[in-house]
Amino acid sequence: MKIVVNGEASETAAPTLAALLAELGFAEAIVATALNGSMVRAAKREATPIADGDRIEILAPMQGG
Amino acid sequence: MDAMNVKPGLAPDVLEVYGAQISSRLLLGTAQYPSPAILAEAIRLSGAEIVTVSLRRESGASLAGQSFWKMIQDLGVRVLPNTAGCKTVKEAVTTAEMARELFGTPWVKLEVIGEDDTLQPDVFGLVEAARLLCRDGFEVFPYTTEDLVVAEKLLSAGCEVLMPWGAPIGSGRGLNNPYGLRSLRAHFPRVPLVVDAGIGLPSHAAAAMEMGYDAVLLNTAVAKAGDPARMARAFARALEAGREAFLADPMETRDMAAPSTPVMGRAVLD
Repeated sequence: MKIVVNGEASETAAPTLAALLAELGFAEAIVATALNGSMVRAAKREATPIADGDRIEILAPMQGG
Repeated sequence: MDAMNVKPGLAPDVLEVYGAQISSRLLLGTAQYPSPAILAEAIRLSGAEIVTVSLRRESGASLAGQSFWKMIQDLGVRVLPNTAGCKTVKEAVTTAEMARELFGTPWVKLEVIGEDDTLQPDVFGLVEAARLLCRDGFEVFPYTTEDLVVAEKLLSAGCEVLMPWGAPIGSGRGLNNPYGLRSLRAHFPRVPLVVDAGIGLPSHAAAAMEMGYDAVLLNTAVAKAGDPARMARAFARALEAGREAFLADPMETRDMAAPSTPVMGRAVLD
């Protein structure tokens, strides 16, 4: 299915947000996630299905002022 | 409490924010440094106990965020996550929620930006977002203006600290409205007040402290200096000098000269 990850169009077969993170190499990374503009807590990623057209944000700690 | 902060004959001077006791009056931003090593050295020499951080999209290849976060954790400082760049209440609240999970802290430097040229806060959105976040258990550090009415509304929303701007973010202009900042200080004598943004030089930071501000938050002035670590140390010294000056109760100014050497006993030599 076609999804958008961090603003870039992408294809995935991952059924859940947790599976998508693993597919992208973020399984062990410290990240926060949002699906279609709403936060998805880490504990909920396994139970969060991915659907065609979903927009996913994967955010990490970064420098800031 | 930091033993280094206790000076002979003086009571310890500690800033209390949301129950945390902070010895350093400098809150330092972590962005725009030439390298991670220089950032780490600047944090060390600044003496800062609180550094600001943000949330940005992680890149698949480099995982840059992971190494940054490890470095910050190794330095042993508290983090104050920001909502930089957020323009709506929803964006800011969602970013704060994600930051709370990621960084494991209820602290958030709340920015709701209202104007691109000045990066000044949208104070209406700021108050609304602050109310939502405080109700949800966040400890909000709002980036605001020196407006007294907005300040009152932020306090009513549940904020226990206020962070008025000195000047537009990254401008280095210093304290644009000293009257407004003095007025804010006078109206809220017991609320921790932090000048956030616009500081360019250690003298600006010292001036804020001499006014009675509790702390200063800055980033660009250190990160964009030719020698960031050295500038971080310069700011630490300026803040300490300004704070000591405030506690020492500065003299009143006057328009005309007043001789400091005694007039009595002066010889007549003409």
